[in-house]
Amino acid sequence: MPHILSIVTFLPLLGAAAILVARLLNKGGHEAAAPAARWIALITTMVVLAVSVVLVGQFDPSNPAYQFVENYAWFAGASYHLGVDGVSILFVLLTAFLLPICIVASWKSIQTRVVEYMVAFLILETLVIGVFTSLDLFLFYIFFEGTLVPMYLIIGIWGGANRIYAAYKFFLYTLAGSVLMLLAMLWMAHTTGTTSIPELKQYAFDASVQPILWLAFFASFAVKMPMWPVHTWLPDAHVQAPTAGSVILAGILLKLGGYGFILFNIPMFPLASQMFTPLVFALSVIAIVYTSLVAFRQTDIKKLIAYSSVAHMGFVTMGIFAGNDTGVQGAVFQMLSHGLISGALFLCVGVVYDRMHTREIAFYGGLTARMPWYAAIFLMFTMANVGLPGTSGFIGEVLTMTGAYQASTWTALIAASGVIFSAVYALTLFRNVMYGEITNPALQTITDIDKRELLIFVPLIIGTIWLGLYPNAVLDYTGPTVEALTTAYRAAIGG
Amino acid sequence: MTDLSSALHLSAPELTLAVGGLALLMLGAFAGEKSTRLVSGLSVLLLLVATVLAAVGPLGSAFNGAYVADPLAVFGKAVIFLSAAVAVVLGDSWMHRNKIAKFEYPILIVLASVGMGMMASSGDLISLYIGIEMHSLALYVLAAYRRDDLKASEAGLKYFVLGALSSGLLLYGASLIYGFAGSMRFEDIAAFATANPGPGLIFGLVFLICGLAFKVSAAPFHMWTPDVYEGAPTPVVALFSTAPKVAAMVLIIRVLIEGFGLAHAQWAQVVILISLISFAVGAFGGLMQKDIQRLLAYSSIINIGYALLGVAAGTQVGVQATLMFMTLYVVDQIGFFAILLSLSRNGRPIRKIADLAGLKKDRPLTAVALTILSLSAIGIPPMSGFWGKFYVFGAAADAGYWMAGAAGLVASVVAGFYYLRIIKVIWFDTPEFDVTTDKAPVSAQWIGWAAAAFSFPVLLIALTWLEPLTRAAAAGVGIG
Repeated sequence: MPHILSIVTFLPLLGAAAILVARLLNKGGHEAAAPAARWIALITTMVVLAVSVVLVGQFDPSNPAYQFVENYAWFAGASYHLGVDGVSILFVLLTAFLLPICIVASWKSIQTRVVEYMVAFLILETLVIGVFTSLDLFLFYIFFEGTLVPMYLIIGIWGGANRIYAAYKFFLYTLAGSVLMLLAMLWMAHTTGTTSIPELKQYAFDASVQPILWLAFFASFAVKMPMWPVHTWLPDAHVQAPTAGSVILAGILLKLGGYGFILFNIPMFPLASQMFTPLVFALSVIAIVYTSLVAFRQTDIKKLIAYSSVAHMGFVTMGIFAGNDTGVQGAVFQMLSHGLISGALFLCVGVVYDRMHTREIAFYGGLTARMPWYAAIFLMFTMANVGLPGTSGFIGEVLTMTGAYQASTWTALIAASGVIFSAVYALTLFRNVMYGEITNPALQTITDIDKRELLIFVPLIIGTIWLGLYPNAVLDYTGPTVEALTTAYRAAIGG
Repeated sequence: MTDLSSALHLSAPELTLAVGGLALLMLGAFAGEKSTRLVSGLSVLLLLVATVLAAVGPLGSAFNGAYVADPLAVFGKAVIFLSAAVAVVLGDSWMHRNKIAKFEYPILIVLASVGMGMMASSGDLISLYIGIEMHSLALYVLAAYRRDDLKASEAGLKYFVLGALSSGLLLYGASLIYGFAGSMRFEDIAAFATANPGPGLIFGLVFLICGLAFKVSAAPFHMWTPDVYEGAPTPVVALFSTAPKVAAMVLIIRVLIEGFGLAHAQWAQVVILISLISFAVGAFGGLMQKDIQRLLAYSSIINIGYALLGVAAGTQVGVQATLMFMTLYVVDQIGFFAILLSLSRNGRPIRKIADLAGLKKDRPLTAVALTILSLSAIGIPPMSGFWGKFYVFGAAADAGYWMAGAAGLVASVVAGFYYLRIIKVIWFDTPEFDVTTDKAPVSAQWIGWAAAAFSFPVLLIALTWLEPLTRAAAAGVGIG
């Protein structure tokens, strides 16, 4: 298929247009167009998934270069330049994989302004896939910043009681982070005369400007990631966002930060990366330990999982800046695995929230009696989140810690303690929600998950266990790309 | 004789407007109020003809260099005349609806356009001053157009008094420059300034910059802006925030780059300081505003700060960036005001931001258009506002103004808060009591939609021809 990357990037936009057309053709008004909107959105995302599976099938994993490249001149030196390597292609697949799940998860819980909701999700899918496929500085920035808008609307329109505060906080935090990146990009484009990311990776920036540029990019990606101490927007955004919004946020949008580090900071500014590695390590272990402790004290299930996300992203930054094969591979693996696990956990919260309309831990208790299937699924993902061997969470944590151990023993040691903390909060949550007698009379009539909800979880369960048992499915793809990256990195820092 | 005829040929756009404006005045005076619609239509036609004349006319200079027709002037005039024509169209329906329609409104805009054309084409200090005064006098009257309204009278008076003050500053600066350089023409001044940029000349230049900064409403010479924006009739504000700003910005380019291009090091810090103060005032001043037009006043202050940053770079890249920024900004402003003019709820025009609550339900397309324009104003890609900033900050980074660029971008995040509030009110809020949105005048609504569509997605294609146009316009500016 020629232009397969353009197709996979812009197909969701086509679906969004189709929904708007269906809305215009529908004489029954806004409510009547809702079923059509849902179905078009589902079909579109399934087609995107199919195309991205074809894409992965045609990809040559042994080649570390960018593949399926499309490059057309645009204006002002910028170009429409797409391509994927062994890392970004997996993120494209993850995005395409999670989107149909989000649509199905919103099937019943979203009843107002369904048309706009589906359009927002499809636009978001285009923008996110665009971030992972673009190879031009400004194209990247357009997609990267563009994701703010649909997410702002998703939180602000379909969110919880305090949604407006959360939407503002999300928007302004991430915008403030990325404007400095824009300035750095403009400077890079003017200095080097190119906006092509592969060419910029080859360009050796002067050692004196590297720290400034590194910090500008770091500001953007650290907020997105989010790293301690700029993580505070995340719990608010998660708690207020609708379930599918949380899934996208935790599953994909957070990964833009880690992807950015791998795309820009490490290959373009290796000297600065080496210089700032202690800083990143320190922030990472603080994130792992501190936010795990904070998670333990939460009374809101979603907030607890949000803090746990921050802790898990700490492993990712630690792995990336370990700067060796194992660490970076582990970081990519951890991001993919966290995409599945945290998405599933937010969906689990959504299941009980749809029934009881509260996320207070204290409200629940003894759910195993009424919801055995649900309890089993929740347990499975809780364990994956803790990093139980046999699940994907284990592989990611072990690889990042091994990588970090080679770079800094103490960092790995402290991070390892974070694994214990995560077991503490995750198991406490599970005990409080699931075990014991049902004491709350409101829970006497709660029903177990239905077929639609089971359908959402099945692919996530398969994915989590498959990656846990056969991590090479991912590592074969990322291997050559990461090896090329770390080899160049080590050569640049002379190590 | 041939000299005069070629000079008249060169200045055909302004002559057409001046003669046509006077003819329309006669028509209005004899035919009375019932001719308002006709005069409006003919004014639009006149402005379009002037645009065409400017675009196809010859290039060169006339009247001993006082009048210059170069690519910069042509580009500036096209933007100025077209946005003035839009202001006439927007005003016509709005004035009729509010029962204050008079035939003087379009004629005043035409006469102001003569002055603005002069500003874009000025080649010496005399034509600079005449251009400024010609357009300012018409604008003072327009600000107080609703003469029975207390706020409008206040706006007009304030504008006039402060405008007179700024003209005084400007004249004082011009006379100093003349005294030291011994010539009125920018070319001679440039030659003199290159040879001996003494303190006296720079002293005069600073006064001149202050006077011009007042005209573009850059802080700290912005005090009139919020009050005038709030008090003047909305279509008049739509005019204020577009055509005169472009004219004054072209004039600033002429004076600073053409006249003092080689003394760049002397004035760059002044311009950067002005733009930094504009960032701060525009960003923080707008935060607590409830009145939309006051909000747009602060928004114009911060945006002028961005445009001045391009000028401060002092390069052709910078001039191109400023022109690009102003063009995109003007389209966005037209869109904002057109939508504002097209809306009225329960028979009352929209004044407060909160009046927009729940607009999404009543007018989905207009809500989407206003959202696109607000996002563009924040600078979210791929809307047009982003590309304006893209060029300006690119030029600033190119010239090495890192910190000023960073300050501008941080200010844009602060300003993002108040544009986000507009989006929030449209999409998230429901009105406190029952409102019905009145039927919208067709022209304003379509202009608003068209401006939003231009902002995104048309611009992504339009940039490929706007880019060479602005580059050609900037290339004409003589920079050593």
